[in-house]
Amino acid sequence: MLDLNQIDLNLLETIAGISEVPSGAFNIRANGASAGRASSENVEITPKIDKPGIDIRIKPGTFGETIYIPVVVTQDGLQDTVYNDFYIGEAADVVIVAGCGIHNSGCSESRHDGIHAFHLEKNAKVKYVEKHYGESTGEGTNVMNPTTLVYMAKNSYLEMETVQIKGVDSTDRITKAELDEGATLIVGEKIMTHGVQHAGTDFTVDLNGKGSSANIVSRSVAKDRSTQVFVSNIRGNNLCHGHSECDAIVMDEAVVSAIPQIVANSVDASLIHEAAIGKIAGEQLEKLMTLGLSEKEAEEQIINGFLK
Amino acid sequence: MLILEDISFSAQTETGRKEILNHINLEIDDGFSVITGPNGGGKSTLAKIIAGLYRPTSGKIYFNGVDITDLDITGRARAGISYAFQQPVRFKGITVKDLITLASGKDIGVTEACAYLSEVGLCARDYINREVNASLSGGELKRIEIATVLARGTGFTVFDEPEAGIDLWSFNNLIAAFEKMRAETRGTILIISHQERILNIADRIIVIANGQVEKTGDKGQILPGLFCDGQTCSVMKNKK
Repeated sequence: MLDLNQIDLNLLETIAGISEVPSGAFNIRANGASAGRASSENVEITPKIDKPGIDIRIKPGTFGETIYIPVVVTQDGLQDTVYNDFYIGEAADVVIVAGCGIHNSGCSESRHDGIHAFHLEKNAKVKYVEKHYGESTGEGTNVMNPTTLVYMAKNSYLEMETVQIKGVDSTDRITKAELDEGATLIVGEKIMTHGVQHAGTDFTVDLNGKGSSANIVSRSVAKDRSTQVFVSNIRGNNLCHGHSECDAIVMDEAVVSAIPQIVANSVDASLIHEAAIGKIAGEQLEKLMTLGLSEKEAEEQIINGFLK
Repeated sequence: MLILEDISFSAQTETGRKEILNHINLEIDDGFSVITGPNGGGKSTLAKIIAGLYRPTSGKIYFNGVDITDLDITGRARAGISYAFQQPVRFKGITVKDLITLASGKDIGVTEACAYLSEVGLCARDYINREVNASLSGGELKRIEIATVLARGTGFTVFDEPEAGIDLWSFNNLIAAFEKMRAETRGTILIISHQERILNIADRIIVIANGQVEKTGDKGQILPGLFCDGQTCSVMKNKK
């Protein structure tokens, strides 16, 4: 069994949906150390020698496996930086469930910086799911700064679903991707901030290969006095298609910035950016109120739907 | 029964304050009532005042003997008043099933939610998990809007121009849905409409023009004269 207490287990359930030891390959990191690890026939997980982190090697043609690599931090004041490298073999088709949960009961800053690099070989297909969640019982703050580097070979496909809903006081997310011929990157990001939290998210995508495409969609809600900055830069360097969309609901005294950039370095690049920031539409509240919901209940439903 | 007592409503416009409704007195009994009249006469404003979206400048509203003038939208809804928007509202992320579930006020299953969609002529399995967003056509949104008020099942429902923005095929389904409601509902259905086919299934017709009740009565009394009072008809009369 894993050496985890009930708080760790609750966090794992919240961020990765796991309540027991996963059946396939997994690595659970708790308070800066491995709390459990297993490889499978097709997925080899080994610790790095020169720095904290793991290498995940997925054999070519692996199909239908789900790999769990969640992180929990319950020791307040812990500053944890981890480097995880994923090597996804040719034509493999897998799901990777990551995520980070921090429970901070002290008054210091707890911090987890995950630096993930994905190397997708030809025709590889990955769905990557990442949830970030924090809870504090003291005055300590929870900080998560994930960096994701993506290298995509010919005709590979990566779908990233990232969610940060609650309890992360500060985050700066950096995502950089390079796509070869025919590769497809799909990103769906959901962020909610409240109190005085800050969330920054910064995408740089190079569409290098002919027929490559990227679709970056960010939906966010900023409440209270929280701040959010969305930055995206899609560079079309060949015949390619790029689309980014930032859609934000701003409430109370929150501040949201969207700074999109699209660069066509090729006459055959087709690039679009859409950005919309605004408060909840009055007629949406009115409609739900005519169904018997209070204004507050209506607001919650609208936000829940928006971030679903 | 809904009683509107001396209801007036004025709004600020670029050219000053404009009277939209002027001392409306109406009793709306159980059954199927249709409010009609020229555009700009105040019909939709009246519907919004009944649902609580607008507050009257003066006057009182009684619902089943209770003064509801000061109740907000939620209060009116919980008191048993439903309102179908003329321009249905779009939502990002909220699905048709979510909306019908919220309307019903309980955790209904897919089968029950689908039943409401079928009633308005939508093939339920094609729609139940779709978002109520701009990907739906005007006619589809309109029928989903009507399905949400059917799901509420309240004793009093106001439909603001249900025929607006829908095609003829959808309209036929709509009439069928209203005929079914008329046969099954014991409460009050109030429809703002210009459509003769809707007026034809009314028990009672109320004509509102220039912010006032011009006439009111049973369909048999009002309908025959309704389409002969217009200019076109008088021209035809002159030709005779």
